[in-house]
Amino acid sequence: MAESTKKILAEPVFDNNPIALQVLGICSALAVTTKLETALIMCLALTAVTAFSNLFISLIRNHIPSSIRIIVQMTIIASLVIVVDQVLKAFAYDVAKQLSVFVGLIITNCIVMGRAEAYAMKNPPWPSFIDGIGNGLGYSVILIVVGTIRELLGSGSLLGFKILPLITDGGWYTPNGLLLLPPSAFFIIGLFIWALRTKKPAQIEKPDYQIHAVHRTEVV
Amino acid sequence: MLKNLSNDSIAKTLIVAVALCLVCSIVVSGSAVYLRPLQNANKALDKQRNIISVAGIATGGLSVPQVFEQHIEARVVDLSTGKFTDAVDASSYDQRKAAKDPARSEAVARDIDIASIKRRERYATVYLTHNAQGGIDRIILPVRGYGLWSTLWGFLAVEGDGNTVIGLSFYEHAETPGLGGEVDNPAWKALWSGKQVYAGTQTVQPAIALVKGGVDASQPQAVHQVDALSGATLTSRGVTNLLQYWLGEQGFSPFLQNLREGRA
Repeated sequence: MAESTKKILAEPVFDNNPIALQVLGICSALAVTTKLETALIMCLALTAVTAFSNLFISLIRNHIPSSIRIIVQMTIIASLVIVVDQVLKAFAYDVAKQLSVFVGLIITNCIVMGRAEAYAMKNPPWPSFIDGIGNGLGYSVILIVVGTIRELLGSGSLLGFKILPLITDGGWYTPNGLLLLPPSAFFIIGLFIWALRTKKPAQIEKPDYQIHAVHRTEVV
Repeated sequence: MLKNLSNDSIAKTLIVAVALCLVCSIVVSGSAVYLRPLQNANKALDKQRNIISVAGIATGGLSVPQVFEQHIEARVVDLSTGKFTDAVDASSYDQRKAAKDPARSEAVARDIDIASIKRRERYATVYLTHNAQGGIDRIILPVRGYGLWSTLWGFLAVEGDGNTVIGLSFYEHAETPGLGGEVDNPAWKALWSGKQVYAGTQTVQPAIALVKGGVDASQPQAVHQVDALSGATLTSRGVTNLLQYWLGEQGFSPFLQNLREGRA
């Protein structure tokens, strides 16, 4: 039991990462990673929602009529997201303000729905809960890496503390403005996927389509 | 009973749907009600922080409520006469609630309701800071108006002359992040400092506005203009409209005029 719990928890982090391998939940990864603090809060929020939605859906999985399956899942997820949003507004008001719509948009995050449909509908509550936490951690790893790189090189600080002294404050570092813009998150996630697949070649997908090599004698 | 019903029967589907909706609504409304006092306290603190930052008051290491207590005086202004009034208590007066209360507000005719606020309250709370001689140093006016998606709630701080802008800041809005949401961008907010609201001391209609395509600093009207937000035409228009409304005849123009002439 302990062995399999560990496996369920660790697998989504590197071997079956929701962002890097399944390429889900990219939008929020672009939007909330300009600062590490917002990225961390977003990770916590998403992990909590995924874990508890998996738990509750798994608890009632034998009673969910298949005709309203998706709506049942959405209702549970949406309720949890609203609760998380309320908690953030009560205990972390500034961060909640910065995250603005992105907490609400956890509802549409494919990771939550994907895990509910793929795992929680077929597995008992405890493994489902662990699977939710594991996938939340997989999402978190990417967000923390992207958030760290973007805040460090984009604003010269981490969690608001100055690390690289900026030229504007009399230091030597010129911040790279590109890293504060959403496309930079794409580049970093792309590089991360490249690094991960170089290390674990099993994750490389077969090309869907191969260009037919034309021999010169075939050319008219 | 549930055991005997097939999962796909209509009865079971209805039972599951109704039970789930009940449980979820109890959880959602329970959390909203239980956390409301904390959220309201956060909101009030955020509003005070906004007032302090828009007026450019140095906090000097003190907490927000302390700075507020020390430097800022809240007064109520009767919008129709443009004079201070003691009809309501400034510390307990909730302007936002008053704006929705038919007894304490009046409908704004559609042709003059450029900020789309629908109802305007009779009294408004303004915040004042005083200089060493006891005169009014800075005036912080509440403003609001519709942008693209939402009402923008904010404060405009002006110098004691009632004309020179210190800053504009919104504490609550739901504009698109990255586009209209750039009203929170410090670089854009910094553009407001030093702008003039009115062209001349006798004019009632404010000249201040956002302009597309960048402010041409060589033009004389540049002192009344601020760059519009790129990619956010409707939010920019909303900001212009709400300033035009609240600094115009319907808003604080009579009050600022009275203040300048020492009759407030």
